[in-house]
Amino acid sequence: MAIRKSYEEINAKIRAGQAVVVTAEEIIPMVAEQGAEKVAQTVDVVTTATFGPMCSSGVFLNFGHSDPPIRMKKVWLNGVSAYAGLAAVDAYLGATEEAEDREPGQTYGGAHVIQELLEGRSVHLEAVGSGTDCYPLREWESDITLAEINEAILFNPRNAYQNYAAAVNSSAETLYTYMGVLLPNLANVTYSTSGALSPLLNDPEYRTIGLGTRIFLGGAVGYVAGHGTQHNSARERLPNGVPLGGAATLSVTGNLKEMSPDYIQAAVYEKYGVSLFVGIGVPMPVLDADMVRCLAVSDADIYTGLVDYGVPRRARPVLAKVSYAELKSGQINLNGRRIPTAPLSSMRKARQIAARLGEWVRSGQFLLQEPAERLPLGKSLTSLNVKEGC
Amino acid sequence: MRCRFTIKFPPESSKIPLTYHLIKDYDFMVNILRATISGEQEGRLLMEVEAEPDKLEQGLAFLKSHNVTIIPLNQQITVEQDRCIHCGACTAVCLSGALSLDRDNWQLVFDSEKCVMCGLCVPACPLRLIRAEFK
Repeated sequence: MAIRKSYEEINAKIRAGQAVVVTAEEIIPMVAEQGAEKVAQTVDVVTTATFGPMCSSGVFLNFGHSDPPIRMKKVWLNGVSAYAGLAAVDAYLGATEEAEDREPGQTYGGAHVIQELLEGRSVHLEAVGSGTDCYPLREWESDITLAEINEAILFNPRNAYQNYAAAVNSSAETLYTYMGVLLPNLANVTYSTSGALSPLLNDPEYRTIGLGTRIFLGGAVGYVAGHGTQHNSARERLPNGVPLGGAATLSVTGNLKEMSPDYIQAAVYEKYGVSLFVGIGVPMPVLDADMVRCLAVSDADIYTGLVDYGVPRRARPVLAKVSYAELKSGQINLNGRRIPTAPLSSMRKARQIAARLGEWVRSGQFLLQEPAERLPLGKSLTSLNVKEGC
Repeated sequence: MRCRFTIKFPPESSKIPLTYHLIKDYDFMVNILRATISGEQEGRLLMEVEAEPDKLEQGLAFLKSHNVTIIPLNQQITVEQDRCIHCGACTAVCLSGALSLDRDNWQLVFDSEKCVMCGLCVPACPLRLIRAEFK
């Protein structure tokens, strides 16, 4: 009889310390050898993970009140502006915001402030207000640490892209992009997902992921807050359900105070700007054999478009369709020409996260949470266009 | 024996055909990967050489006798490995293959003997962990 498991049954096994947990890489040969039905009986949870640069990240901060109190209108942390158009001492520090007073070559941004806070270092806070009857102070300056402030809530509007285009450059100039340094005349290819280990590629139609899913976020327990911005689940898909390029995205949140600098890392992309590496792990419940078939997806089953960044337009040409087996091999073949490839997201770190999350589940500490609302299917993107008469 | 190093020579030695002597007198197979001579006639030459071990020793002694400094490549380029997150961004620009990812454990591997000191990896590292100085 076909096996079916509920979240409750899986969580009962986790609580009893009896859950069988493997990673999304480890399950591939198991399914090839034993078949999906057998694996659905023996395995309870599969861990997926990614550790890549995710620009759409940031942190909500509440500093606590000064005496006399100030209603902060503008806020800077180590010279990096944070958005303070919220209540008196709330602000949102975006990862990509850059300090303006740095020397060339010393790029420093919100991601670096987040990292320094995580490392327990002091960060210099400056704020100005206009002075009101209830908040009379107009200026504030002091050093803060993560431990001293009320809240630091990581809230990333778009992380963990379900697939992403591989990048190449057909132009005659070197391009410095968020996809790394792209050498001229198609001399290299970069890509940025963990392929068969990547969370959303293992649950391509979002049976188990959505608002409320409990995840590993930056070394702490976090949650999926819903679909992320630019969620494009209507993207063309392969017969196995895997989209052929950037599709679903996750909005995620968690307590920065509980996170670790091992899984959150500031980054600078030359002549592009600042970004933040975010470590995300998503546990997948093995509900049935269909779920196992999705989790058994391998790099050879996942394809993405090879996009030419040499064309500076919204719709850049797609030169070919390539599999992650090819991309991860170190070179691809484009019209008979071998082009070296390089990842931008760390497979090594992703594997560490998948293993760590597995330990959490096995230890009985980390229960699976069924989402209150699954990620939407069939959602497509709109674009900014010039309107007539404006 | 094959090795890579930079030789740094003072202005007074820039008039001597050092490479010629290495080839003719010490049987060096020389491949010059990079060369600069400054306005003050101070020169730097990154070379890969192949020679018999004893000849190699003699050739290097000849260079030193002309006040030439020999700098091994691993002193000119350093990767702060303990902070590396093994993302692989540096390997995208390293066409010499000195920086590569081990495809089994996805760890960054740096083989300084393959490096040509092009310096492209320095800005490519998103953590700024690579220092290169053609010195």
